[in-house]
Amino acid sequence: MGARDNQEIKIKKEWCKGCGICVTFCPKQVLGYDDEGKVAMLDSENCIKCGQCEMRCPDFAIFLGGKE
Amino acid sequence: MNNPIVEKYFRMDNLPHIWCPGCGNGIIMLALAKAIDSLGLDKDKVCVVSGIGCSSRAPGYLDFNTLHTTHGRALAFATGVKLANPELEVIVISGDGDASAIGGNHLIHAARRNIGITTIVFNNNIYGMTGGQYSPTTPNGDLGTTAPHGNIDRPFDIAQLAAAAGATYAARSTVYHANQMEKMIETAIAHKGFSMVEVISTCPTYYGRKNKKGSAANMIAFLKDSFIDVKVAEKLPEEKKAGKFLMGEFKKEEGVVEYTVAYESIIERLKK
Repeated sequence: MGARDNQEIKIKKEWCKGCGICVTFCPKQVLGYDDEGKVAMLDSENCIKCGQCEMRCPDFAIFLGGKE
Repeated sequence: MNNPIVEKYFRMDNLPHIWCPGCGNGIIMLALAKAIDSLGLDKDKVCVVSGIGCSSRAPGYLDFNTLHTTHGRALAFATGVKLANPELEVIVISGDGDASAIGGNHLIHAARRNIGITTIVFNNNIYGMTGGQYSPTTPNGDLGTTAPHGNIDRPFDIAQLAAAAGATYAARSTVYHANQMEKMIETAIAHKGFSMVEVISTCPTYYGRKNKKGSAANMIAFLKDSFIDVKVAEKLPEEKKAGKFLMGEFKKEEGVVEYTVAYESIIERLKK
């Protein structure tokens, strides 16, 4: 059990401007784009919840949050 | 559903912000909020002051005591705030042009006085808001709307400029190195005296497009590949440092009297 097992990646689509920074720097390449060019989680199984997407998202649109 | 840090420290009604897609300013603003959270500061005891420019819009989004002042004069206003309320943590957010051109004199004199203000410079190498004119940090040879044939100026090194002028903490990071940047901002706020954190940001709209730097992600990848920590650089041979830029903590000097402490001691002496 890891410290972040009860967390997951949350995406606030309405704030995403599709700049691609999170997609580019994701160390596991689990992020991609939806039909509108906004960020989408493509492979949550392989996400290591490192939080690099959150720390470099200029629009606070992607972050680690508690599982609902 | 929001990032809890954003909900706690931002004015939610004003978000999303107006900065361009891929602008690095939001990355620095989030790191600042996280640094303030780590320090456990009372929101009412923090005052964020800015001048004019893209970066200077940040206080409009931050839920502290905030002042959006005139171009280049954030440090002058902040000096007044700090002298009147020495208990406040005063943080100045400024751009490269605002801090080192229009407000260049305020910067060197605030540093010389060692007043307890934390200055965070969002350095995107250009005047973005007004349409891409070259700034004091635009690299030599690069293009701007006012340098269509290449900039002939040599750029300022803002962190070293502040250190030379008397700042007792001076550091530089980039928006790629966001975790390290957050720690630097935390150290800078906790430091007693004038502290400078210069953060290399990205302007994909003006600087990037004009100079064919590619996407925002390309520009940030360049920061990842081009900056080396000053401690690492000390051990590297010259050929491995060619074309690289230095980041890290350049100066941390303790024991220099802070300006409002010196001012208070005069008041106490004259009361006797």
